[in-house]
Amino acid sequence: MTITVVDRHRECLDALSVVLDPELDEPITDLGFVRSLDVEGATVTVHLRLPTSFCSPNFAYLMASDSKDALTDLFWTERVVVELDDHHDSDLINAGLAADAGYRGTFRHEAEQDLDELRLTFRRKAHTAAMERALTTLLRADDTLRESEIGDVTLADLRDERTTTALLRRRVALGISTDPGAVVLVDDHGNPYPREEVPLRLRRARSTRISIDGNAHFCRGLLATRYPGSEQDQTFRPEGAEASDLRGDHPLLPLFVTRENS
Amino acid sequence: MYTKDGEKYFIVDAHIALWDARVENQRTIHGKQFIDCFYDYHRNLSPASELWSYEEYLYQGGERLMRDVFELGYADHAIFQPARLGEFYKTGFGQTQEALALTRANPDKLTYNHYFDPRDGERGLDRLRQDAEEMGLKGVKLYTADWHGDSRGYKLSDPWTYRYLEVAREVGIKNIHVHKGPTIRPLDRDAFDVADVDHVATDFTDLNFVVEHCGLPRLEDFCWIATQEPNVYAGLAVAIPFMHTRPRYFAQIIGELLYWLDENRIFFSSDYALWTPKWLVETFVDFQIPEDMSEYAPLTVDQKKKILGLNAAAVYDIPVPEELQVANPPAEAEREAVSVA
Repeated sequence: MTITVVDRHRECLDALSVVLDPELDEPITDLGFVRSLDVEGATVTVHLRLPTSFCSPNFAYLMASDSKDALTDLFWTERVVVELDDHHDSDLINAGLAADAGYRGTFRHEAEQDLDELRLTFRRKAHTAAMERALTTLLRADDTLRESEIGDVTLADLRDERTTTALLRRRVALGISTDPGAVVLVDDHGNPYPREEVPLRLRRARSTRISIDGNAHFCRGLLATRYPGSEQDQTFRPEGAEASDLRGDHPLLPLFVTRENS
Repeated sequence: MYTKDGEKYFIVDAHIALWDARVENQRTIHGKQFIDCFYDYHRNLSPASELWSYEEYLYQGGERLMRDVFELGYADHAIFQPARLGEFYKTGFGQTQEALALTRANPDKLTYNHYFDPRDGERGLDRLRQDAEEMGLKGVKLYTADWHGDSRGYKLSDPWTYRYLEVAREVGIKNIHVHKGPTIRPLDRDAFDVADVDHVATDFTDLNFVVEHCGLPRLEDFCWIATQEPNVYAGLAVAIPFMHTRPRYFAQIIGELLYWLDENRIFFSSDYALWTPKWLVETFVDFQIPEDMSEYAPLTVDQKKKILGLNAAAVYDIPVPEELQVANPPAEAEREAVSVA
């Protein structure tokens, strides 16, 4: 019996590991966003926590509803409760999730777009960042390569395994060719840029990558500040890591105020 | 003024606040959540020696502000950029009357920027005219994600905002600071999306648009816009404290800003009381791009002087002593738009 519960707990975590924070392009399990996970028979209860009370409500909703979907898809679950803790829209989002009201049903007049559009925007950003990481790694490894020649680099030219694998995954997600002869620097639809635009497009991709890496580390840091000990639940992120991330000794004052309503 | 290694720096802190987030001023739980979020930023990014207690963080008052910003913080001048947040705090978050009184008592040191909210309609337009006259406004801070009744944000490109900007222009408000920062509170109509800056910067070329927090975490969108619009500036509030915990990240931000904009359109901002200015000024003067980041040129002393004060002084017509000026001052820089495809 115990083994079954342990297995089911593991299965739930595995299911949740495909749920991504759209902006950071990382699984919520790696980010430490899963606060608790309880399995009781066929009932699963999950609490999610985020780095601030004011995390974007659409992202919060997206992660919470994706979590509910991922757990509901397990063949043995009968009842799945996902609750978002300590968010300014916790009540609204939790009620929406409990009623399966959907995004528009939850936020009503404030929701104008579809969530799919939001997902696509961030999938494209993730691809742009992965593309820049692969190309910058190549540029740094090869002194003779010029930024102006970057437009000719193909997938077969990439030698760094980690950044290449990450890039291929993002290309698949967008339906962009993974043929070894395919050009690396492409737009959201897989089309290469005119030669004269190449350096500028690489620079723009770089600023996208800087935004994502910086934000990912800021969010990790804020989560640890808000929930002391939560850093134990976070997986090391190599992209954009700094010396201070390895030490993990950034001093923090204990928060001695009581957090009512949390 | 700050002096280091024989170099003298004229300091303008382009973004400070006199806030009151004490429990008695909190209107709803969101007032508490908001200041707690700020306090987490403070605790996460400050050096250990600069950490405040939670009680100290809720309210500072004018006397402490003057000490932290001017006596300890080296500023020659500072500019208030208040956020209203009337749905969260009984008398608002930024304390208008208190800040205004302090500005009047120290006119050579302080500039008071106020705010407007286009959702206040016709009455707000009259109010803006009146405020501009009474407060002698040169600038406003717009918090596009502020809550207002059922609304949780507005855009600069909304027709009503255009009417307000037309009045701003008419009454001599030249500098429009816009909070476009870390993702908080937008729904799908993202209140911190920087795209709307593009519209107004094109249509109001005689106004300056200072994007606070330089659009982070959408640096790429901000840079793209600022490159094309010569009247768009970057405020370093919230970006600059990353110097301490994430120096390589900050190096990339400043490297990108210098690439996409130029050295004349970046403002130092402590965002007091989110962070105390002293360590930010000291650390920035000592800061350098890591050598292995060969994609960026090293920061020069003149660039640092411009960012720390001369750029904001030029935009706000704040007099700078001759000996603190640089050979190629920002006011004389040619404002050029870079053509991008």
